[in-house]
Amino acid sequence: MKSGSTARTVANTTDANGGEMYASSSLEARARRLDPSLLKDLLENMLLIRRFEEKAAELYALGKIGGFCHLYIGQEAVGVGAISSLGPDDYILCSYRDHGQALARGMDPRVLMAELCGKVSGCSKGKGGSMHLFDKRLGFYGGHAIVGAHLPLAAGTAFASRYLKQPRVTVCFFGDAAVNIGSFHESLNLAQLWKLPVVFICENNEFGMGTPIEKTASILNLHERACAYNMAHAAVDGMDVLAVRESVAEAVERARNESLPTLIEARTYRYMGHSMSDPTHGIYRTKAELEEHRRRDPVKRFISALEAIGVVTQATVDEADRRIRDVVEQAVVFADQSPEPSPEELSTDVYLP
Amino acid sequence: MPVMQYREALNQAMREEMQRDERVFLLGEEVGAYNGAYKVSRGLLAEFGPQRVLDTPIAELGFTGLAVGAAMAGLRPIVEVMTFNFSILALDQVVNGAAKMLYMSGGQFGVPMVLRGPGGSAHQLAAQHSQSLEAWYCHVPGLKVVMPSTPADAKGLLKSAIRDDNPVVFIESEVLYGMKGEVPEGEYTIPLGVAEIKRPGKDVTVIAHSKMLHVALQAANELEAEGVDAEVIDPRTLRPLDTETLLQSVKKTNRAVIVEEGWSFCGVGAQIVDILQQQAFDYLDAPILRVTGADVPTPYNKTLEHMAFPDAQRVKQAVLRVLYKA
Repeated sequence: MKSGSTARTVANTTDANGGEMYASSSLEARARRLDPSLLKDLLENMLLIRRFEEKAAELYALGKIGGFCHLYIGQEAVGVGAISSLGPDDYILCSYRDHGQALARGMDPRVLMAELCGKVSGCSKGKGGSMHLFDKRLGFYGGHAIVGAHLPLAAGTAFASRYLKQPRVTVCFFGDAAVNIGSFHESLNLAQLWKLPVVFICENNEFGMGTPIEKTASILNLHERACAYNMAHAAVDGMDVLAVRESVAEAVERARNESLPTLIEARTYRYMGHSMSDPTHGIYRTKAELEEHRRRDPVKRFISALEAIGVVTQATVDEADRRIRDVVEQAVVFADQSPEPSPEELSTDVYLP
Repeated sequence: MPVMQYREALNQAMREEMQRDERVFLLGEEVGAYNGAYKVSRGLLAEFGPQRVLDTPIAELGFTGLAVGAAMAGLRPIVEVMTFNFSILALDQVVNGAAKMLYMSGGQFGVPMVLRGPGGSAHQLAAQHSQSLEAWYCHVPGLKVVMPSTPADAKGLLKSAIRDDNPVVFIESEVLYGMKGEVPEGEYTIPLGVAEIKRPGKDVTVIAHSKMLHVALQAANELEAEGVDAEVIDPRTLRPLDTETLLQSVKKTNRAVIVEEGWSFCGVGAQIVDILQQQAFDYLDAPILRVTGADVPTPYNKTLEHMAFPDAQRVKQAVLRVLYKA
């Protein structure tokens, strides 16, 4: 295990200390063991998120999407890999950076785009927006916009599974900055103490908004915080979709079979700013640093691995990409053509009757 | 009708609702093995077991948030905070979570939970343990706020709160826990949002909730000797507020005094004044007066503490002033 002081560089594929966890050969090796149709699904899911988010950035610039808009570009492997290991009844909770997970869970891109545009056909009727995506049928329990505040909620849905004796696992995504807030610690303690079937996934993209993790966390191997609660934990290359899938699947099984929680730290990187109002580089990171991380792009790496083992070709990838771009365009058309919420919506959904 | 303590009425309400609905469970500090810091949960662990009566770590934010998540997933948690002073630690989960989940999910996720425990001052507990925070919760759309003043109300309102599909902040009173009164047996519910005229009268309307109701009633009884017939109303639910009952009374008496233990500035009474002046302006024969807690942190010293809260004498003075008799 790496020492805390080098955590910042573990994200590099070339890192000599990274070992097998970060080697692209392991991605190919894992891919060989999986069904080609699953591999193609995972790739298309990642591509969909990439293209969707690129379009969201355009719509934000056009003023069609308002408020805060936190994009998932660069982190696709985490959401896709993790969610691919879940069953249909499992619970998912996210922070405000939630578009990727919603798409990975199967939310209709049209419904998601409509929500971002504040339309009544959106998943939350246009009343939640980018940061508050919900879909009960998908087990998608939000989009929560106070850092760390949804970790107790995830302990709560996991508690409900245990209480109702249902084999439903909860997966909770949050950023690296959340590990320093009290709710993180209170939730981990309760989850281990009460043996709750929950997988906490820390997406360590190295920055809490514009502040690097070294300036905020006393232990840089963030997953080791689980030691304080006697909880199972692991670090995983968050730019390797199959490594994430494998790690999360193991944790999900632990949750489902033993009703025990896990903390997983997925080391990833976001290419965009913290939100759309934040520049991609120049203030808290250099262009060179960003470019260095782009070299281990999770989508490109996965394509290369799948090409190497003969599951895809450049031509089939291009074809899939064209199809996905069309799906995203259709989502924009749907959002554009969807009506605004009626004025009555202002005061509905405040109380249940 | 059986006579029991306020705490026993609350206990009965929880016991009956837990018997009635397996989704209802109780969690909080000391609620299980210790039988509750104020013995409100006495016997519940023995009857329902540790799966449904859970002793928590001292982690209000964590266990309240856990309850919000559990409620989203179909359970009906009762969260006991040892006192409402500690609910401030959980405020983010209540205000940003429970209160808003239904709205920001476009109506998909209600949060049927009760956050309950004692509020207000007791006896020389000093600044951090003696405060009335109901105005904070009343401010937030999505929450209901209930404050019972008698054993019967405690039972009937808590049963309704537990059955309500919305998050309900249910603030009890530390000094009323030992109060005895008649409480109907078995199925007895009081709808939320309905005030009660606790003492009918014709000369002045006195509005008071929780333990201030008893201060107001004492004042009203003493005023009777002076020929003043005060009507005393307990809103019981502060949000949603039964404005109709308050308005009808004020239209009859043409005068109002509002008593609350909490701070004056932006207090519950300020909101009631706003409603009354808007909707009964032409009926008022005097400015509405408020009798409130002093605008200070609660002092420890017994004499100073007594000065900090409304008493019957101050309520009487306010009533006489709105009657232009003082």
